[in-house]
Amino acid sequence: MITASAHGVSKRFGPTAALDGLHLTVQAGEVHGLAGHSGAGKSTLVSILTGLTRPDAGRVRFDGNASPRLGDREAWRRSVACVHQRPTIIPSLSVAENLFLHRQSDGVLIGWRALNRKAAALLETFGVAVKPSRLARDLTVEQRQLVEIARALSTGARFIVLDEPTARLDGPAIDRLFASIHVLKENGVAFLYVPHHASEIYDVCQSVTVLRDGKHVLTRAVDELPQQELAEAMGGVVEEQPVGPTEREPVVAVEGISLQTGLGSLQMGLGSLQMGLGEIVGLTGSEGSGKVALAEAIGRTRCLDGSEIACLPRHSALVPQFSIAGNITLSVADRLGRFGLVDPRRLRSTARQLIEEFGIRATGPAQPVHRLPAGEARKVLLARTLAAQPQAAVLIEPVSGVDSDTRRSLLNSVVVAASRGTAVLLVSGDVDDLRVCDRILVMHAGRVVFEAPRGWDEAEVLAAIEGLAAIEGVTEVEGVTEVEGVTEAEGAEVEGVTATETAAATKGAAATKAAATTKGTTATKAAAATKGAGTTKGTATTKGTTATKGAATTKGAAASKGEAK
Amino acid sequence: MTKLRDLILVPVIVALLVTGVLIDPAFLSAENVIALLRQQTELSLLVLAEVAILIAGRIDLSITATAALAPALAAGLVLPAASGGLGVGLPEWSAIPVCLAAGALAGALNALLILQFRLPAFAATLGTLILLTGLTVSVAEHPGQLRYLGRAVWLGVPASIWLCTLIFVAAIVFLGLFRHGRSLYAVGGDLDAAKAAGIRTGRVLWLTFLTGGILAALAGMLATGRTGADGPPQGTIFLVFAAAIIGGISLSGGGGTPFGALCGVLTLGLTDSVLRLAGMQATWIPAIYGALVIAALALARVQATYRPGPPAPPVPR
Repeated sequence: MITASAHGVSKRFGPTAALDGLHLTVQAGEVHGLAGHSGAGKSTLVSILTGLTRPDAGRVRFDGNASPRLGDREAWRRSVACVHQRPTIIPSLSVAENLFLHRQSDGVLIGWRALNRKAAALLETFGVAVKPSRLARDLTVEQRQLVEIARALSTGARFIVLDEPTARLDGPAIDRLFASIHVLKENGVAFLYVPHHASEIYDVCQSVTVLRDGKHVLTRAVDELPQQELAEAMGGVVEEQPVGPTEREPVVAVEGISLQTGLGSLQMGLGSLQMGLGEIVGLTGSEGSGKVALAEAIGRTRCLDGSEIACLPRHSALVPQFSIAGNITLSVADRLGRFGLVDPRRLRSTARQLIEEFGIRATGPAQPVHRLPAGEARKVLLARTLAAQPQAAVLIEPVSGVDSDTRRSLLNSVVVAASRGTAVLLVSGDVDDLRVCDRILVMHAGRVVFEAPRGWDEAEVLAAIEGLAAIEGVTEVEGVTEVEGVTEAEGAEVEGVTATETAAATKGAAATKAAATTKGTTATKAAAATKGAGTTKGTATTKGTTATKGAATTKGAAASKGEAK
Repeated sequence: MTKLRDLILVPVIVALLVTGVLIDPAFLSAENVIALLRQQTELSLLVLAEVAILIAGRIDLSITATAALAPALAAGLVLPAASGGLGVGLPEWSAIPVCLAAGALAGALNALLILQFRLPAFAATLGTLILLTGLTVSVAEHPGQLRYLGRAVWLGVPASIWLCTLIFVAAIVFLGLFRHGRSLYAVGGDLDAAKAAGIRTGRVLWLTFLTGGILAALAGMLATGRTGADGPPQGTIFLVFAAAIIGGISLSGGGGTPFGALCGVLTLGLTDSVLRLAGMQATWIPAIYGALVIAALALARVQATYRPGPPAPPVPR
């Protein structure tokens, strides 16, 4: 039985087609994955399926019936529930009210006590340890996410869209989420699942649809789609660059950085960092690891020759009133004429040159930026940062949220800038972005815990991001270490209460999930670091009670204060 | 439902009352208290109108202009041309409905500009403030109907106090205990989240602006009855915002309660009388108001900073 379907759905935003004649059907009792790189059209499709955007062409049907009018929110809510990628929690309201927003009472008056009780019961079902009366703004990002998920799963809708629900969750919370999904699925609820990492598709989905540049690529049962084929269907992998020189003239040298963030409860440290002429240094870590704070701190220092470090901060934006030329030349304004005078001809020619160099698709230097597609706007931002050919540059998440072509173009521009001598600190949460780097640093809980030159082992890096390699007392658990060419690594049985910890690296063409079962009182956390065809997943660990506690505390602290702005 | 911020002004109000009594024991006499409250009636309704709009995440600078225009327009339409009317000659009973309808119309104008034409609320309502003020033609005398509510005394207490009490109780119950009242908070807290939850955000905002206009017109009527002038004096809009901010209403939307706003009004009113009683020069009193506003904002900032758990909210622009 088909619970939800989209028929020939198309949507354009200005000149770009976000979706092009897309078909999708989701059966009752099925978790249907929706894969594709960012910019492939996933978000637009979700927005159309949840009635927040009107498609230019095509129809959406629920249980075979035409979808309600766009204004009839009640009817949409009965048909579909959604955990949106963008948080839809209202910070100024309590958790209970957020859970039952616009359905606070059955009768006329709202009974706050009854509402809090109902909310408490619901939160317990999904294992969320939050008091219903707390204001949503006081929750951690993860708790907010859990509240949203609990709300979506509790609406009673027979079709639920989960748009990257695991993005802010840790292992146990993800397991609980998957368990809830499984139960609802068995009861005939249909899910559309947009994974945060493509590998999640293999954990929860039965079938998958892959999008690329707004077009349908394939729909298939998950069992019949090896990871490599999925990666190929999604498309676009950045090729590795040749190894650069090992001896470099230092450009930036920072020593003994220590940062206080939030209210000063977390100290971050880094012994020292040197960046050489034309070197690209990658900096990664999970959300809240402190990588952004560290990069921002480095961006505020100066190069050894006293010149300023060019910075592309995380949330930087263009001046919307300016043309491309006006924006792109902001950093080189001193070259456009004497005494601060801007020579219009020189402005145009400089801009034209930069537009070509950075591969910006635009009608010309005079095009206003406010309608520029996100990817092209990102190129303008990068061009603005690198136009002056600075001695050193700090680029924070310069490619997040752009499609694969744009990403390649942006990373290529970074490489070109480096080849001209700019030392680049490239910060990204996505390890794939850092393949262009000469060296990679991994931060965890406010410290740099791992460093490796080009040719680094992805499994090691991923383990370091999770903070695994850095913790002492690492013992190998039989059965899961170094498995090569295996499709499924399962096992890892730990008995007793010893503190054990393992980073299990699995290499091979297809691979993936390590299920760690534990008997006794040991607290267990499982995840597998896998190096396969472009797809990756966390790391298998079995921890004793003590070790888990320690690690969990550090992580919590970092997550809460680390990147609070 | 943070009650703490709401109650924070209660000790302040008590302290002001005690100070008043210490200066002059007659401060708490029934006569004086009634006089004090009566002076605050118009302001309290204007603040309520503004607070509803602020909670829903918008702003309206024009409500005091609406309060001045509505009674003047009603008077002009009702009075014969001989006594300064417009010569339309509507029946006298229609004065009150016409006045309230004029308020609703002003609210509708703002809603049209802000919601339909998507003009920025601050600038658009600044425009309507100037426009409506310019349209207000003073009449020599107001029809008795219009003045009735501001002057009448029911059971020994002015009708305006009864009316305001009733309206505030209704507002507190509606915004605190009704689904549709709560949707104002949702809309002001996060428009997209409210939409996703099935709230018809456009309708909520339209009704909020209409209600704001009607409340403003009612406030204007009370002022006309009490003072004989057309609505509240110019510049009252600053007092309205001062009371709202002191009362803990978030200017960024989604926060605050009518009870807090009422406390803000009372704090302002009591501060005024106590300072006058203490012999402070009237010209200094606005400076004290200003200090109170800054103190309230500082308090909100400190609260936000030391709230348990992450993340610190962004500093409002």
